[in-house]
Amino acid sequence: MSLKDAPNGLQEAAGLAGRSRRDFLRAATGASVGRTLFPLAPGTARGAARKTKTVVVTFGGGARDQETFMPEGHANIPHLLHELIPRSTFFTQVVNRGILGHYVANASLATGAYETFNNFASVPPPTPTVFEYFRKDLNRPAADVWVVAPSAGFQRIGQSSHRRYGAGWGANVVLPKRLLAAALPMGSIAEYERLLHDNYETPLYAPEDAGGDAEVHRIAEMLNLSVSDFVAHAGTLTSPDELSVYIARRLMRQYAPSLIWITLHDIDIAHAGAFSLYVEAIRRCDRLCAELWNTTQTEPEYAGKTMMLILPDFGRDSDEDAGGNGFQHHRTGDALSRTTWMAALGAGIRENIFVDRPAETIDLTPTLGALLGFATPFVRGKPLEELF
Amino acid sequence: MLPGQLTPEQFAGYPPGARRIAAAHIELLRKLPLGFVPLLLREVVTYDWNFPAERREVDSQFTYLESLSAPALEQIMAGFAGLTLSPRLANLDWAGAPAVFSEELSAHLWSTRQIDAFRAAAKQLVDRVHAASPPEPLPARRLAMVVVGRGVTENTQPLFQKLRPHGTYYADLRAPDGVRLLLGAVAARARKHPIPFAHWYIDGAAGEKPPDPAVTCISYGALEPVRAAVLGKLRAMIVAGKGPEALRTALAGMKPADLGLASEGDAEIIDRFRVRILTEGSGAQIFSTTFVQWTARELLRRAQPLTVLARFAPRQSERSMYEMIADGGKSAAFDPAGSLIDADMGAWYTWLNHRRLPEAEQSAFLAWFEGHGSAIAIGPAVEPNREHRGPADMAQVLAALA
Ligand SMILES: [Zn+2]
Repeated sequence: MSLKDAPNGLQEAAGLAGRSRRDFLRAATGASVGRTLFPLAPGTARGAARKTKTVVVTFGGGARDQETFMPEGHANIPHLLHELIPRSTFFTQVVNRGILGHYVANASLATGAYETFNNFASVPPPTPTVFEYFRKDLNRPAADVWVVAPSAGFQRIGQSSHRRYGAGWGANVVLPKRLLAAALPMGSIAEYERLLHDNYETPLYAPEDAGGDAEVHRIAEMLNLSVSDFVAHAGTLTSPDELSVYIARRLMRQYAPSLIWITLHDIDIAHAGAFSLYVEAIRRCDRLCAELWNTTQTEPEYAGKTMMLILPDFGRDSDEDAGGNGFQHHRTGDALSRTTWMAALGAGIRENIFVDRPAETIDLTPTLGALLGFATPFVRGKPLEELF
Repeated sequence: MLPGQLTPEQFAGYPPGARRIAAAHIELLRKLPLGFVPLLLREVVTYDWNFPAERREVDSQFTYLESLSAPALEQIMAGFAGLTLSPRLANLDWAGAPAVFSEELSAHLWSTRQIDAFRAAAKQLVDRVHAASPPEPLPARRLAMVVVGRGVTENTQPLFQKLRPHGTYYADLRAPDGVRLLLGAVAARARKHPIPFAHWYIDGAAGEKPPDPAVTCISYGALEPVRAAVLGKLRAMIVAGKGPEALRTALAGMKPADLGLASEGDAEIIDRFRVRILTEGSGAQIFSTTFVQWTARELLRRAQPLTVLARFAPRQSERSMYEMIADGGKSAAFDPAGSLIDADMGAWYTWLNHRRLPEAEQSAFLAWFEGHGSAIAIGPAVEPNREHRGPADMAQVLAALA
């Protein structure tokens, strides 16, 4: 930390970022300017909620406006721009006021409260998660809720330490890289290293050895993965996010979970400082979001009754803040690093609507509770009423 | 311990110059709040290996704070004094190891959502210090030159898009010996203004021969053994099961001698700078493009040089990165096309960082796509947002920036 960190007015810059993003999106997607919103009475969406499937996609490694929704980023997100956003209610300003580390930020998304634990510690969130609220209140079985997580640090995101929830009410958490590491024959790790790289926070960080881990084997068994098929398929994939999406689609076919949460992470290669690799990862992420959406439209258990929510956990540092190094990190806490967006689309969600008022990342979980009909008593965020 | 209880003995572990500075200002240090004084000491503790510009910054902070009346000092420190700190922080050896405290303070401010308040207080102080001690006028305008695209045979992407509104774009720059001309320009400036640490040449590969003894060279190729030593130490820690925080702490503690560099005086300052690039710069050990961009950024921020020439080279491919992590990188494949995109962004960042230095309105900047005849020149005598039609040569462009 340096005294030279130059702060911006958060509110002001977030407002500017939201305006330019919104205006550009309207031009790019052809949404009518000034379309009026008529919020329905809360609860109208709930009739069908119990049959609804929900897919949440978070980018655990934020992307900035410049590389996504600003004109110069247009080419990086063709699927979002032309296929998904026109079907969405789109929130142009979603602010994260918490700690900008990926595990703690994604845990905060799931709990609906800004968590303050050490990002690098292997701890469960203290506040109940959306997975526990969902399962306990709606009395759902364990196989109905899954998290596909990007790195070993996320292992405990599925279940809080809260005494009224916690034990027995969490989500199944699958770490695709650990599954793959466990499936690989001895001596072939190097060949698959591109899929196993655990996280990008430090220059070198190898995945933990998964050998002997009973949880990994339990999950592999639940997924009914044939080791040889899995390893052979992994050989055709180029990135960890592709591996995660492969696992998510397999889960959807096998268990048709009502709530599936997938955190993509390739974009965070930005920490290595190579701009071209960061942009390439955004393009991949854009394509994978469309593939997941298409899966929900073609799988019989999901078609016509799936709601999908897509949001980055936060942004990245702005070029203008001398305390950072632009796209590389999310260390300054400046307005752009805290400001992102959310697309909600699918069953029960109005299409082609832009919401310009600021929302917060912690609004996600109370929104899911209100939409799906479960209580979220410990959240700090508020339901996004534009989705009702 | 609180700042009021500071004694000179607590600086015993500091290098000699730092110890002298801290002891000379102990009266002031005792009056400063705990949320601030270790941050100042953090800048003091590296004093012996700091560049002259950084030493001036530290000196001017002391001069400014000591010039204030008691109420004025209290007012400028109010933002720091108002931070709520934990007893754990107060119990750290913040005088002996201010860098450790600073990391812990940062985590605490984030988790207690006081980071914005801290940043506001810091901004106010830095602005006041700069206003109270304007920098000496420069003997010549600053010049930064960035060379991109080595190894690229074909390119269809438009380059320098972010820079073009600020300068004149040359679409047909004929410069078969452009690198030699730019190195010559650096050498000429170094001879004309023989100031220590003022003229630098950064290269993403082995680099050309230094153009003049007065030019400091720092190249990815020459640092290969140091990079290998850093990566070797990291790999050993990973095998031992250490997490990201332990790795970061170990990196921060590495010294030139740990990595096979041994030098004294000015050479030690440069070696310490090299080691910090490789230990603090995320990705600088892995990708040569990151190395060049980060080195230029740190050099501009810390040394505030008069002249910088930064030449990018192809970095290894992403696939090679994983192979390197797995086996130490026995076979490297390169990615010239991706490196060009990295370097284009690196040129933009170098200009932004250049523009943050004193007398920015007078400074000159060049980015050149070597071997492909396009360039952008930015300077007080160069027309912004313009395209130069027809051929030009490098001497002509350099003259426009002089
Ligand atoms: Zn990150």
